[in-house]
Amino acid sequence: MSREVSVAAIRQVGGKGVANAAARKRRIVVTSEGRRPGWVSYAILTAVLLVSVFPLYYAISIASQPTTDTQYGLPALKLGSGLFRNLSTAFGEIDFLTALSGTLLVSTVCALSTVLFSTLAGYAFAKLRFRGRGPLLFFVIGTMAIPTQLAVVPLYIMMARLHLFGTLAAVMIPGLVTAFGVFWMTQYLDGALPFELIEAARVDGASMIRTFWSVALPAARPAAAMLALFTFVAQWTNYYWPMLILGPNKNSMLTVAAAALKGARFTDYTLVMSGVVLTAFPLIIVFFFAGRQLVSGIMAGAVKG
Amino acid sequence: MTANPVAPDKPQTPPPAHDDAHERRLRARGRRGRLDVRLSPYLYISPFFLLFALTGLFPLIYTAWVATRQWNTITGDGGVAVCGAVCGSTDPSIFANFQWVLNQPAFWDALRNTFSIFLISTIPQLIAALILAAILDANLKAKTFWRMGVLLPYVIAPSAAAIIFSQIFSDQSGLINTFLGWIGVSPVPWHANTLASHIAIASIVNFRWTGYNTLILLAAMQAIPRDVFEASVVDGAGRVRQLVSVTIPMLRPTLIFVIITSTIGGLQIFDEPQMFTQGTSGYGGPNRQFLTVSLYLWDLGFNHVSIGQPNLGRSAAVAWLLFLIVVAFAIVNFLLTRRIASAGGAPARKHHAKEVAR
Repeated sequence: MSREVSVAAIRQVGGKGVANAAARKRRIVVTSEGRRPGWVSYAILTAVLLVSVFPLYYAISIASQPTTDTQYGLPALKLGSGLFRNLSTAFGEIDFLTALSGTLLVSTVCALSTVLFSTLAGYAFAKLRFRGRGPLLFFVIGTMAIPTQLAVVPLYIMMARLHLFGTLAAVMIPGLVTAFGVFWMTQYLDGALPFELIEAARVDGASMIRTFWSVALPAARPAAAMLALFTFVAQWTNYYWPMLILGPNKNSMLTVAAAALKGARFTDYTLVMSGVVLTAFPLIIVFFFAGRQLVSGIMAGAVKG
Repeated sequence: MTANPVAPDKPQTPPPAHDDAHERRLRARGRRGRLDVRLSPYLYISPFFLLFALTGLFPLIYTAWVATRQWNTITGDGGVAVCGAVCGSTDPSIFANFQWVLNQPAFWDALRNTFSIFLISTIPQLIAALILAAILDANLKAKTFWRMGVLLPYVIAPSAAAIIFSQIFSDQSGLINTFLGWIGVSPVPWHANTLASHIAIASIVNFRWTGYNTLILLAAMQAIPRDVFEASVVDGAGRVRQLVSVTIPMLRPTLIFVIITSTIGGLQIFDEPQMFTQGTSGYGGPNRQFLTVSLYLWDLGFNHVSIGQPNLGRSAAVAWLLFLIVVAFAIVNFLLTRRIASAGGAPARKHHAKEVAR
């Protein structure tokens, strides 16, 4: 969904003067010691952290109940002894490995494709002069506000006509490029890649594509990593479109498989929650390793705005 | 984009021509170079635009077309749409699907629910995000730890979160109702009651998005020069006063952005209400208590599929209505936010405070 947009967009909406001036000044004052927060701040943050973690704990806890008698309410708060048995049942029932590899494939392909094409287009928009550049960029930004729902019906018809209904390809195709990606890379390269570097490469006799490859691409790396991470998460947690287009092949992706398990087993929540836990955990593990980058990505995007 | 683009043709100092062959080679290279410079930008943007035309632009136009047709999900296009008994007209008309949708009580219920859930989720969420950002903006120990903790729910799929919360808010023996029982409050029918279900669904939305918006606001806050804060302290502003009179006005562009993206996302809400349903039947609740516009769109075109029903046409009509609502709301939001955020006269006070601080 289009909410994975960064504050970089503000520049377009609210003007960049304030934010830029502020960002410049920040460098000077960033070292000055802010006020030390009292225990109230830590107490509030701890409470928020508990709220963040609790639903996950509760899901695990329900998933660990040995019988379906204790699946609701308070009894389910205490970890039971059935976790591994329930997980392995769910593992088989949703065909976890198929769903995991399907999700991984879709997320990876979409992330790579979005990053590659966005960097190419972003480089052209930020650093090259060509006829129609302004209107085309304006058009790209304008389309960011269009709701995904608007395209669902025709995409569905298209996929059916192409005989792609129920396939992972159909899930991927609408996610191959995003207007936001182009916007994000344009913004980044505009500020991060000096013209002198491009000119130097050109004077040295590098062709256009060589210049892109050896000058623009390395400069774009930090922003490209962020974009890849965000696209990856967005695709991984996506449910609406895969649910619609996968049809009966519900076990090809994790979110859809978990939902389908709920439809099939709504009286046995120990099993449904096992499915939820199984499908949620791969991304949580990724978060533990790449969460720092995700955080700094949001922060960087906003500061740049 | 204010930066100067690269000059397309750099005049090169021509090397002394020794013979014809050398000169020809050079000229050919120059031509190739010029062509390279002229065509490359288009080459670089074309993959994006080709794919985007296929998956973004074409569907947009195609939806408008489908919305005028009697389009059955199973059998396909059946000519210009007819509204039928619902609006007492058997004449084919390109507006028939829109008329039909606007005559459905379910659509209006869905619209009301969408707005209700959107408001209940967005307003507390943004207030919470603002306060949390202000807390995180202080000189905390283990900054990254807290930031990651706040962002953790962001990697939980909304559909998965909805399944979990559906249990926490379970009507019979859910956790919330059990705790309410302890303090002597009778259990709330979280799935059966309209407002209660909206609150429950809004809490799922808030669970996932509060942390994300917190970090965005935090980043913008950190871009505010520290001396402005210091000056306001010298001026005698407390923390709350500082937040209201200094921070919020200076966050204006970010606030506008966050509100607009929350609006676009909030009005399309689908995953949470769909998975909030207990059991398998009754999408959006047995009495449409939490049927949203997106859910209704899906239900019309993809869920209750039957022969003879012009489903996709009506779905497309709902999609267009949703689009118009989103655009209208984004504009209203933009104007409102601009007014609210610029009121308060912070710049003048800031200026004054700065002088005092010196």
